[in-house]
Amino acid sequence: MALTIREVEHVALLARLNLTAKEKETYTEQLSSILEFFEMLNRLPTDGVEPLAHVLPLCNVMREDKATPSLPKDEAMANAPLSENGQFKVPKIV
Amino acid sequence: MKLYQQTVQKIGEMLARREVTAQEVLASIAERIGQVENKIQAFTTLTLKEAEGIAADLDSRGEVGDLTGIPCGIKDNMCTRGIRTTCASEMLENFVPPYDATVVNKLKSAGAVMVGKLNMDEFAMGSSTENSGFFPTHNPWDLTRVPGGSSGGAAAAVAAGEVFYALASDTGGSIRQPASFCGVVGMKPTYGMVSRFGLVAFASSLDQIGPVTRTVTDCALVMNAICGHDRQDSTSLQLEVPDFRSYLQTDIKGLKIGFPREYFQKGVDQEVKDTIKKVLLKYEELGAIVEETSLPHSEYALPAYYIIAPAEASSNLARFDGVRYGYRDTHAEDIIGMFSSTRARGFGPEVTRRIMLGTYALSSGYYDAYYLKALKVRRLIKEDFDQAFDKYDVLISPTATSVAFKIGEKSEDPLSMYMSDILTIPVNLAGIPSISIPGGFVDNLPVGLQLMGRPLSEGTLLKAAYAFEQATDYHLRTPVMEV
Repeated sequence: MALTIREVEHVALLARLNLTAKEKETYTEQLSSILEFFEMLNRLPTDGVEPLAHVLPLCNVMREDKATPSLPKDEAMANAPLSENGQFKVPKIV
Repeated sequence: MKLYQQTVQKIGEMLARREVTAQEVLASIAERIGQVENKIQAFTTLTLKEAEGIAADLDSRGEVGDLTGIPCGIKDNMCTRGIRTTCASEMLENFVPPYDATVVNKLKSAGAVMVGKLNMDEFAMGSSTENSGFFPTHNPWDLTRVPGGSSGGAAAAVAAGEVFYALASDTGGSIRQPASFCGVVGMKPTYGMVSRFGLVAFASSLDQIGPVTRTVTDCALVMNAICGHDRQDSTSLQLEVPDFRSYLQTDIKGLKIGFPREYFQKGVDQEVKDTIKKVLLKYEELGAIVEETSLPHSEYALPAYYIIAPAEASSNLARFDGVRYGYRDTHAEDIIGMFSSTRARGFGPEVTRRIMLGTYALSSGYYDAYYLKALKVRRLIKEDFDQAFDKYDVLISPTATSVAFKIGEKSEDPLSMYMSDILTIPVNLAGIPSISIPGGFVDNLPVGLQLMGRPLSEGTLLKAAYAFEQATDYHLRTPVMEV
């Protein structure tokens, strides 16, 4: 299935990726050929097959609701690209 | 024989008998790294100085243990407290984790001496380590060839004698395919055997940590140290971990081995097929019952994987937004612009490609056609294995379709690179354990033998691998490097 540049732009927006015009072209071409390869899946009938998202028979693993020590704030913040007064600093939101 | 050439088992014995000190062992490794690292480029970060302190401390305390005092490397996608963890990405180039991954903690308690973090394809996405955001790693058997990927640094470092063993991760073959290309042993345990806490997530339903070693015995020793339940990883299994050494036996009479015909078809080099066919004859000689079998949905595993893994990755990698850690592009004026330019600059091309692919497969209107379809195919693949394991204890195939390919040979065509994972991917979709060991050579390049087993049958795999290893000398061959 061939993708259009517009579709690639839409996906890039959803994924928060600011692509250049050249990258958009490259990904349009490459993703189209990958999607074309995926079309072989249509040859395989899967009606009535239960989807398998996870191989383990686990469901809602619970633990006791008990507080345990967590990272000190300064350590948790130490990798922040920009912070002020112990808070993450970001550009204008509204 | 130099110290760095020994196995984990042998060095452990020598340390226990006080024939050498941890500092002497480390000095041998440091010397070897000094000789070959400029050619191999296996490490993203070297921590020899920290290692010296740890070795000196271990010597002064005189503790002994299977891994105590033995130098190792860790793939650079496992968090190491105070030591940068980059995933070989500009996005995390300066990220210094405030905590250790559970496996790192376990190795520390076992007295391991970490000498560095190992190169990889960026965020573990790739099959050659050429996607590293920093530099490619070279195969010690032929420096013009790739070491495989994504754990190319781990496999190359173990093969070249720069570490005695390494921890790596395997989402679609990232431990086994580089082990195959570099002539070493690599195990992907059953999903849930090893805690993923502190492993930077790629595809959470497929990722698993495992050892890269030079021998099957060493693999068992490292498995003993890293397996087990962890309350920090809700998908880690609650079970008693056996002593994997107890499976290291050579008597495999009556072991039922199947070889799936789909793994010996077109797309696999003839010399590789011939090599593994010889392996099957060896197993018959050793008393195993060897029969052809079928995993009929195998050809659908690759497209299903390249939908599921990127879909999970697109979600997991959403956290890299330039706010809490990692790279940030500071030019943007609003927050959406900051996210978008940070991610566009921080991620390399393959990571971007997979995020795009996964985002598309999960997007409104395409979810059923791609993601849901792939999950149904995943069920069929798992059922193929279930049926095969009703009849066979172990399945055997080549690990990779070829020997190590040339640097640059596949890097321009993403789809041909994806194809190189075709024999390792089904194992991850089914969550079963698998090991790659040296199975022979073609033109002085190693060929990996892949053994696959039912869930939690690591012991049986180690036994079958050990029996073959002891009957052959492939594991004793080492790459000749001019120093």
